[in-house]
Amino acid sequence: MPLLPFLFLAALSIIFAAGVILQRHPVHSLLSLVLTLVVIGILFIGLDATTVGFLQMIVYAGAIKVLFLFVIWLLNLQSQPIEGGHLALKFVGALGSAALIAELLVFVLHLPPPVGHSKPLALDYGSIGKLAQGLFTDYLVAFEVTSILLLVGVVGAVALARRTTAGSAPGGAP
Amino acid sequence: MVPPSYFMGLSAVLFCIGVLGVLLRRNIIIIFMSIELMLNAVNLAFVALSRAWGNVDGQAIVFFVMTVAAAEAAVGLGIILMIFRNRETVNADEINLMRW
Repeated sequence: MPLLPFLFLAALSIIFAAGVILQRHPVHSLLSLVLTLVVIGILFIGLDATTVGFLQMIVYAGAIKVLFLFVIWLLNLQSQPIEGGHLALKFVGALGSAALIAELLVFVLHLPPPVGHSKPLALDYGSIGKLAQGLFTDYLVAFEVTSILLLVGVVGAVALARRTTAGSAPGGAP
Repeated sequence: MVPPSYFMGLSAVLFCIGVLGVLLRRNIIIIFMSIELMLNAVNLAFVALSRAWGNVDGQAIVFFVMTVAAAEAAVGLGIILMIFRNRETVNADEINLMRW
């Protein structure tokens, strides 16, 4: 990936990510987040991880965020001023984040060059076949456990969000 | 050719924006979105390092992170929905039943 497109996409993703935490209306935050995810997906494709990049856009930015959108609509959240909260917590939070970012930047900018960096990439690097080969051989157990996790997640979500049937008032005692 | 450390730097910046969101915002949905942002920052680091080493292990991990995020979103949003039904609020400061 050439330097100039990278810088452009990096600036774009940072701006959108800042939008996520600065917008007042939750829907605007969500749209900002979707744009961040799309830009990260483009970065993935720029890194030759084509399959994962498209998965990121379709599954993450598409499906998961629509779920968020539905919940925001369901709760009928309106635009609100940025909440007060404890000033001390904000101060400590900002300070801690600044320290974390400084530490991480110092760390990652002094990384030794990776061993295989100069090696030419395989022709099918990042293709769906190569990824599936890894998933169904080295990571087979993890892959199967993931399917169980999704099943449990679906059952848990339905059990949580289910409205209690007649008898108890909505929002009343369990 | 962009060195992988640039991608790691971008990943660190995005992660810290996510941390800031969790610490500064009180709206529980926006806190949740910030967590997703942190997950994606880590995904970016995984993909960049996978590219640098020339194997697809990092991409397989990203695949798993996506699945876990999907399950987490489903269950987490269910919990938020339940809290809103019972307490009529999405402000994390007002949800203090389990706070000492």
